[in-house]
Amino acid sequence: MEIQKTAMAGTLESSDAQITVEPADSGIQLSIESSVMNQYGRQIKKTAEEKLRELGITKGKVKVVDKGALDCTLKARIEAAVFRSCGVSQKNIPWGGVVR
Amino acid sequence: MIPRPIPERFRLRRTMMFMNAQKPGLIKDAYIYGVDSIILDLEDAVAENQKDAARFSLYHALKSIDYGDTEVIVRINGLDTPHWEEDIRCAVAGGADGIRIAKCESAQDVKTVEEHTLAAEREFGVTEGRTLLMAALESPKGILHAYEIGEASPRMFGVAISGGDFRKSMHVQMIPGGIEINTARSLMLLAARAAGIQCFDTMYPHLNDKEGFEAEVRQNHAMGFDGKSLINPRQIRYVHETFAPTPKEITNAEKIVRAYKEHAKSGVGVFTVDGKMVDIPFAEDAKRVITLARACGVYHGDL
Repeated sequence: MEIQKTAMAGTLESSDAQITVEPADSGIQLSIESSVMNQYGRQIKKTAEEKLRELGITKGKVKVVDKGALDCTLKARIEAAVFRSCGVSQKNIPWGGVVR
Repeated sequence: MIPRPIPERFRLRRTMMFMNAQKPGLIKDAYIYGVDSIILDLEDAVAENQKDAARFSLYHALKSIDYGDTEVIVRINGLDTPHWEEDIRCAVAGGADGIRIAKCESAQDVKTVEEHTLAAEREFGVTEGRTLLMAALESPKGILHAYEIGEASPRMFGVAISGGDFRKSMHVQMIPGGIEINTARSLMLLAARAAGIQCFDTMYPHLNDKEGFEAEVRQNHAMGFDGKSLINPRQIRYVHETFAPTPKEITNAEKIVRAYKEHAKSGVGVFTVDGKMVDIPFAEDAKRVITLARACGVYHGDL
């Protein structure tokens, strides 16, 4: 998939994460803010990078504002933001495919 | 991925608690409360512009959180919305135990959801027939069609009345004692028993009115409901206590079942226990009490 327009998913509530994706000309610029940066910063980065790779994202700006989200929440929010940026978040989601 | 056991069509469902599927803080530890079923909600609790995001969140929760023995039901959006088809795909792909059909009004509604459920089971390699169904009856039409709705599919395990919408459609407000809704409750109970499925009462919306809530739970139990929808974990315990058979009921049921077994051997169909006539229907009801007591964890005997 390719990030086509700016899109956002998630909230700033506890246990959630807010993801913003924006188109970019080349490369992935991943920025992470987290309330648990010291303990989980590396894990968040790994999960986010892995998820973006699974979605086939090769370029774009991705901002993660984490409020202590579980891995599964982080993945869900990244997927929702990317699918929204492509305008395909409402129907025929490949559950179990790239969404996993 | 967490492999969930095959859903049981008839199991203990005293409490079914709603959880907003869009709120990770809620759904991540929903199983710790000891509720019988949780209902992950894609419908009324989720804002119209978050329906898509809620599904992603739901899918991953279903796939990665171990809910243990807690049954996991997904409440899908009504069939008059653009959301329900994708809701079904998501719930089935995630391996939910069942789907709660919102605003169900006819047997055809159930059949429509069943068709899409089967299609999703095939698409995602889920065992055909695994996903159970229940229907929320929220209108006079739904209540009057409760029997056909209950019989519409072998996946159907129960019907629940949804008080908010029902009262709205009847132009009434909630009244202690339930004079405004008890006819509907009774009709739905009759229909559910006739169709051989379970029957659940609506949630009680006033969280701080403990007395009102408890009175309604006692009334639900007396009317014959199998369980109740809940909106807060602190409502669970009272329902479980109220719906469990009392020690007296258990002792009595035990006596009847034992006496029945003895008499059946010698070919006697009707007899007395503690001076009260007992025949086959009593024995069957006594067995039901024992089964319920065991499921509630208050009977450990050998019957």
